[in-house]
Amino acid sequence: MDLRLTPEERAFRDEVRAFIRDNLPTDTRERMRLGYSPRKQDTVAWQRILNKKGWAAISWPKEWGGPGWSAVQRMIFIEENQAAPAPELLSFNITMIGPVLIQFGTEAQKSRFLPRAANLDDWWCQGFSEPGAGSDLAALKTAAKREGDHYIVNGSKIWTSTAHNADWCFVLVRTNPNAAKRQEGISFLLVDMKTPGITVRPIVSIDGAHHLNEVFFDDVKVPVEMRVYEENRGWDVAKFLLGNERTGIARLGKSRERVAAAKEAARSVRFNGRPLIEDAAFRQRVVQLEVDMKALQITQYRVVSAGAKKSDGRPDPLSSVLKVKGTELLQATTELAMDTAGPLAMPIWAQELAEMANEPDMLAEAAEQATGNYLFLRAASIYGGTNEIQKNILSKAVLRL
Amino acid sequence: MDFDLSDDQRLLADSVTRLMADRYGFEARKGFVKQDTGWSAEMWGRYAELGLLGLPFAEEHGGFGGGPVDVMLVMQEFGRALALEPYLATVVLGGGAVRLAGSAAQQAAILPAIAEGGLKLAFAHSEREARYDLADVQTTAKRANGGWVLDGAKSVVLHGDSADKLVVSARVKGERDDPDGIGLFLVDAGAEGLARRGYALRDETRAAEISLTNVVAAEILGEPGAAFGTIARVVEAGIAAMGAEAVGAMETMQSMTLEYSRTREQFGKPIGTNQVVQHRLSEMLMALEQGRSMAMLAAMSVDEPDAAERARAISMAKIGFGQAARFVSQQAIQLHGGIGMTEEYAVGHYFRRALVIEHTFGDTAYHLARLAAEVE
Ligand SMILES: Cc1cc2nc3c(=O)[nH]c(=O)nc-3n(C[C@H](O)[C@H](O)[C@H](O)COP(=O)(O)OP(=O)(O)OC[C@H]3O[C@@H](n4cnc5c(N)ncnc54)[C@H](O)[C@@H]3O)c2cc1C
Repeated sequence: MDLRLTPEERAFRDEVRAFIRDNLPTDTRERMRLGYSPRKQDTVAWQRILNKKGWAAISWPKEWGGPGWSAVQRMIFIEENQAAPAPELLSFNITMIGPVLIQFGTEAQKSRFLPRAANLDDWWCQGFSEPGAGSDLAALKTAAKREGDHYIVNGSKIWTSTAHNADWCFVLVRTNPNAAKRQEGISFLLVDMKTPGITVRPIVSIDGAHHLNEVFFDDVKVPVEMRVYEENRGWDVAKFLLGNERTGIARLGKSRERVAAAKEAARSVRFNGRPLIEDAAFRQRVVQLEVDMKALQITQYRVVSAGAKKSDGRPDPLSSVLKVKGTELLQATTELAMDTAGPLAMPIWAQELAEMANEPDMLAEAAEQATGNYLFLRAASIYGGTNEIQKNILSKAVLRL
Repeated sequence: MDFDLSDDQRLLADSVTRLMADRYGFEARKGFVKQDTGWSAEMWGRYAELGLLGLPFAEEHGGFGGGPVDVMLVMQEFGRALALEPYLATVVLGGGAVRLAGSAAQQAAILPAIAEGGLKLAFAHSEREARYDLADVQTTAKRANGGWVLDGAKSVVLHGDSADKLVVSARVKGERDDPDGIGLFLVDAGAEGLARRGYALRDETRAAEISLTNVVAAEILGEPGAAFGTIARVVEAGIAAMGAEAVGAMETMQSMTLEYSRTREQFGKPIGTNQVVQHRLSEMLMALEQGRSMAMLAAMSVDEPDAAERARAISMAKIGFGQAARFVSQQAIQLHGGIGMTEEYAVGHYFRRALVIEHTFGDTAYHLARLAAEVE
């Protein structure tokens, strides 16, 4: 047993750092260092740079453009990329639909979609949740009726992140309303967002931004060859996908980046007549988070290393630990960054600042974004399966209660 | 001890509850946000009619002679309705400064005008670099031609954009952090050399950045250089008022979440039938009640004559209701799931009001440090 990175792993980490330093476009870097979310074009440009290097399809086999990294290397890459901070690989493409197609897709589906997903030529979104089917996903109602070589889809999805940016959507639909078990009547479809009958309605979230959407399907025609895996076996696909989603969701690098941002800000604000960074209580709060991040980092390496050795391909129920602890940390670190901003955490004033000052007021801009991050990441314990549901999974699958 | 309200207080609370229930629904509020000022002039008029704008002022100044408990009752209702109007800024903070430190003539000129609804004030004290330190004032005031000339800048001045007059703190002598040497000045918002830029806070209430370049202040409140005590008391009254508002907001979040847990079904049954949800709702209730106790402590301490004891109690209260509000609001969103994250739904607005209250007049870390310095 050795918890340190091997010399090779360390060299790998340095290589990743150097590559990001040398290749991340400057304006993307500067915006993200102030806490802004990457814009669509930032995410696309960066994923294409990574893909050219062979570093986009990180969990895919080599024949589909994967880099052939170990599970530990993948985690190193993800964490470094988040901590940089650089735009994250689009998870819908890389963590979700890619592995699904590799596991369940036809050859035609793989060759049509995988290269484009890796290069972000297609932006994918996830059409699972519905108004009545959140935690209880199997209650979904969006119906797909077979008519010749098409399905006709009717219904609606909600909370569809980035649907307004998306070219394609993977959608869970009900193909057999009379199945003995609800899970047995569900299929997994690939839907072109340009198909007639699809309407996307924006939902503004509490951070004032537009990430979320409602997607309506009104007699939407989907060719049968856009079904992944067998009809009425879509639940197996969804379970596989959600297991992958949970592992990727810890976002330790993002937590690290938020703590770094808080420390940076704390150097230039004053508390009790001294820089805040010198305040004992502030430092203890930072250290506590660093302790928690260390524990999670090691747990995460344990889970992925064990996963790499397992042969059944099933997700480890311990991935729920990563999801709960990772999102608690994300929330605690964004909270720290917001609290560090003090009174500047309150205003929404980017526009006024730009008009008022001759030079950018970075501390104030970063403060506004710190609160934006805090607000949006209240959702981290909701999406990807709520933290209550994760604990239910642990209770049942691990503790057998 | 006595936790009962008087008949007059019950009447007051009922009348505000009715007014807000009739006129300040969530949809109506959306319209108020869109007004130029970011709040409703019509509601301001109704507050004046009900006597709310003169509530803490003496009867000779067109007021009701009410105390902190009366203000608490009003603020609690404002917290439930997420009222946007500059009540805190005008009546509690600006009006409070005039009431505490103004001369008889100044009080007679200003307080009745506030009570009638014709004059709005803002308390322009905090500065960009001061964070929460009340004595950290770098704006200067120099004597000139029998008046005072102010130079400096004020930051995140609550409702500073719609005030007619500003109560501005400025240093007449001493070093940056010295509590001694600060004065409070009355400045017309339209005064030459005064520039202000308004913006929304996260909860849709308004604030402003204010810069002062050679601004002539005709009037000073109290003795030059001796305003720190007044500033501290004004802020304490502000904390107490916000505590009540936080209670109103928490109550609403708690009851909305409870109701939601009874009606939202997943896995074929209301989510509130899950024991983990039941326990969470119980924890929210506990936090609300503890927070309410602390808001009461704040209200009851505003008139405490011993300054050190008053400051201690107010800091304890701010920590207590601030933490309670953070817990209740985070759990309110969590138990609502996705819908709680949306701008369209009310819970997120209460959440952000609680966030702004927590970061105003000293956050938890600030008040903890203040109390920690005194541990014996
Ligand atoms: C920002 C954001 C992005 C999202 N992106 C996407 C996306 O791209 N695609 C997509 O398909 N979906 C997406 N979602 C939806 C997300 O997966 C759901 O919000 C989530 O599954 C919860 O469902 P719900 O919102 O309906 O809440 P509900 O399921 O109604 O849950 C409400 C509350 O009840 C609790 N609860 C429910 N059942 C139980 C139980 N049995 N035991 C204990 N507690 C329980 C929950 O934990 C929660 O606290 C997103 C959501 C958010 C907030």
